[in-house]
Amino acid sequence: MNPGGESMQTLPLGVDYIRFLPEIVLSIFGMIVMVLDPLVDEQRSQKHLGMVALLGTLTALAATLLMSQYPGSAFWNMIQVDSFSVFFHFLVIAVAALVILSSYEYMTVQRIRAGEYYGLILFGAVGMALMSSAVELVLIFIALEISSISTYILAGFRRREAISSESSIKYFLLGSFATAFFLYGVALMFGATGSTSIWQISQVLHSRVPLLAYVATAFMFVGLGFKVASAPFHVWTPDVYEGAPAPIVGLMSTGPKAAVFAVLLRIFFQANAPGRFWLIWVSAALSMTLGNVAALVQTNIKRLLAYSSIAHAGYLLIAFAVPQTAIADTGISSAMFYTVAYAAMNVGAFAVVSHLAGAGEHRVELEDYAGLGRRSPLLAATLTIFLLSLIGIPMTGGFFAKFYVFSAALKANLVVLTIIGVINSAIGAYYYLRVIVLMYMREPREETALPRVPIGVGITLAITAITTICLGLFPGRVVNYSLRSAHELVHPEMSATDIRRPSVIR
Amino acid sequence: MTTAIDSSILTLVTFIPLTGGLLLLLVPRRDRDIRIFSLVVTLLAFVLSLHLPVHFHRMQGGFQYEVNKHWISSPNIHYHMGVDGFSLWLVVLTTFLTPLCVLISWNSIHERVKEFFIILLILETALIGVFTSLDMFLFYFFWEATLIPMALLIGMYGHGRRVYAAVKFFLYTMIASVFMLAAILWLYSKVGTFDFVTVQRVIRGGNVENFGGAAIWLFLGFFIAFAVKVPLFPLHTWLPDAHVEAPTAGSVLLAGVLLKMGTYGMLRFNLGLFPEQSRQNAPWIIALALIGIIYGALVAMVQPNMKKLIAYSSISHLGFVVLGIFSFTAAGLNGAEFVMLAHGVSTGALFMLAGILYERRHTYEIAEFGGLATPMPMYAAFFLFIVLASVGLPLLNGFVGEFLVLSGAFAARAVYGILAATGVIWSACYLLWMYQRVFFGKVTQDVNNSLTDLSRREKIALWPIAVVALSMGVAPLLWLSMIDPAARTALAPFSQIVSSVVGQ
Repeated sequence: MNPGGESMQTLPLGVDYIRFLPEIVLSIFGMIVMVLDPLVDEQRSQKHLGMVALLGTLTALAATLLMSQYPGSAFWNMIQVDSFSVFFHFLVIAVAALVILSSYEYMTVQRIRAGEYYGLILFGAVGMALMSSAVELVLIFIALEISSISTYILAGFRRREAISSESSIKYFLLGSFATAFFLYGVALMFGATGSTSIWQISQVLHSRVPLLAYVATAFMFVGLGFKVASAPFHVWTPDVYEGAPAPIVGLMSTGPKAAVFAVLLRIFFQANAPGRFWLIWVSAALSMTLGNVAALVQTNIKRLLAYSSIAHAGYLLIAFAVPQTAIADTGISSAMFYTVAYAAMNVGAFAVVSHLAGAGEHRVELEDYAGLGRRSPLLAATLTIFLLSLIGIPMTGGFFAKFYVFSAALKANLVVLTIIGVINSAIGAYYYLRVIVLMYMREPREETALPRVPIGVGITLAITAITTICLGLFPGRVVNYSLRSAHELVHPEMSATDIRRPSVIR
Repeated sequence: MTTAIDSSILTLVTFIPLTGGLLLLLVPRRDRDIRIFSLVVTLLAFVLSLHLPVHFHRMQGGFQYEVNKHWISSPNIHYHMGVDGFSLWLVVLTTFLTPLCVLISWNSIHERVKEFFIILLILETALIGVFTSLDMFLFYFFWEATLIPMALLIGMYGHGRRVYAAVKFFLYTMIASVFMLAAILWLYSKVGTFDFVTVQRVIRGGNVENFGGAAIWLFLGFFIAFAVKVPLFPLHTWLPDAHVEAPTAGSVLLAGVLLKMGTYGMLRFNLGLFPEQSRQNAPWIIALALIGIIYGALVAMVQPNMKKLIAYSSISHLGFVVLGIFSFTAAGLNGAEFVMLAHGVSTGALFMLAGILYERRHTYEIAEFGGLATPMPMYAAFFLFIVLASVGLPLLNGFVGEFLVLSGAFAARAVYGILAATGVIWSACYLLWMYQRVFFGKVTQDVNNSLTDLSRREKIALWPIAVVALSMGVAPLLWLSMIDPAARTALAPFSQIVSSVVGQ
């Protein structure tokens, strides 16, 4: 592969913009939303701006479809369009769309001005989408910052609540610290290999592995581990999730996470960053155990789901511990499947939480879910589907997610890690079940009628629930796609042929 | 034409209840409509399931009505269904009991009616699926799927300590089935398929790598999941709690069908895949079964609560089934299957009868009753009939199965037969004594004087059971002629086929 040839170009090619189109579309719509915000009436602004933002994400999805027709690299090999990045583009943009959908009514209830909110979601999506296609460490860092800064602000959006500001500040301070670690890792990697391009790093590390590269990997993992809330970098998670607006938690816990996992996959499997095994092993085991054990004693649904998300990051990391051999494909594809399944169930669960929370998010204690099965059977049934999927009961996406990860780990002979994972799944079952038991088998604390499920939340729930069940019944398509992407990721010679394609297209 | 029906009948029977349950979501919340709709759906499933025995090729050992379609490519999972003589009757038992459950829940469930029937219908699909699936993944899928609706039935519609009972039930069975999943996955990793028939063939061919060392663990993995479900002696403690707190329909399906999932699993998987290990482990399993028979009966004897008494009697009866299975004789296997069916019918009926009384008096305490034969003669007659069937009176269903199991046990080892035979005596003691205390003598409490006898709906629910109980006792060959070939196939790897039940 020869990146030098094309970087001689002074202007990017036309096709480069197509490979960057989803990000462009999202940015444009984000700006439109921001500009429209002061122009529309405050009372009605939420609906209209929400529509524009939703339109933006749908257009971006269409743009992704277009982008997928033009695989290859763009902007002097800074971004790479392959089925891997298309996969994550779809995922993060769909998550953004669902969160926007489920936020309509929430904005009115919490009395939040909508313009910046929707705008920031769109900008955040730009960062997440870019993370999945960036193959240049500095660009990855920029994408990471775009996505992080948006989420820092979004976390503090319930301005009237002190806890929300606390959440935002905490997330911001610790998050900046973590990104600094990542940046330091990038610098060290540059020192070790003389390049920040994933391709070149991979080539250098293929011939020799300087000691510095190990340090660089560790530093980068600290930064990225923070973003995916894996132990021991997870401490911020419960507080931030508790304080942030519920729909935003649905976003934070899925979109940026998926994108960061994509980055990790690129760094570990494409750039061959050395010494990952024990890093991952320890972090995965710790995340699963700490997350599940701490979740057992939570009384607040948002904190419970926060610890559960730490645990799920742990399950997911198991897939990263498979060695860089012929079976790397299965590990990568299982991780990809997991991010999709987890996104569907978690966005859905948080849509229910944000709908039930009510003004000021006062109803977020587990006790508030008592008797939900009686008060709103459909809502309870939907949340049950998500919780069963989080447990990993067959017929749900969560089951196959765990199944693929564990079987990839077993193939790689990671027996101990798998056993830790299985035991943790059993522990996890308990606290999810507790919620189901509360919903169906206890009397409601208050008999007041619940607000009607608004259409946006309804559509979100329908989509996420159907996705969760479809992934449980027919995982084949997603798995095959992710296997193909994984193959492309670990066998760059295929991508190398793609890189030459632009000259033909032009 | 026939072949088209034959290949789709299992799919139809399995998924009609689920489809009905989903359609029920659209039915407006008028309780009467919901009940009638559920009744129609369950009856439809029953009528369709009758196709299975009617067109079954008797005297043929393998699976029939097979359908084998590709489902998921990675992992390699097939939608493979089929029934043999064992599973066929369990399917029919399920479809037979569910409409009766709908009838018996007609008035006793008056809150969250829609949810109740949706859960019941989903449960029926899962139960049938357990018996029809031949892909082990599919099997596990349905096996786990029975768990949630059953736990919800107990937890949402039960009495008293229902939440405790539901959670206990869930955790016991869920934790145990993880071991089965592990065993299934191990087999998959070696054989590359979940298909039961293929896995069985590969194991018999001796083509599984490292099988020798792992076999015992695999056997135990399957066995523990099934033993909890049966329940076998030290693992039985969830059962009385679940039964006492469950609503009547839940109890009927729990005792009638769910417990048989365990014994069916032993027949199909433990014997089918691990004959050698089954034989090695038979002594202690039989010992546990015998303990279960006697212990269950003795504990049943002293229960003050009618439902708990029936629950412990189930432990005793299911002990017979396990004994029959691990006697490795044709008589034992035939008997085990027959006891499963007979127990499903008569214990289901006992729970229905207890539920009928509960609807009137809101208690299961035996001490609260006495002399009920006076105000409720019809009820007393049905109760007596079922008690006699359950005790094992010749010409009723209980006798045939227990007789076969005992003869199989004697053939295996005399002491097994002798100990198990005491169980028959015990069961007569506790059931008849209970009957005496509840029905005979003067009416002990004034409230009981005004109890109304069976309503027409309740009679409609009980008559079919009485008819089946009688016909199973009078013409057991109707059932055994299909069970026997399956039993012979299952015993093929065991050399000592002691006796033939059905003359050929």
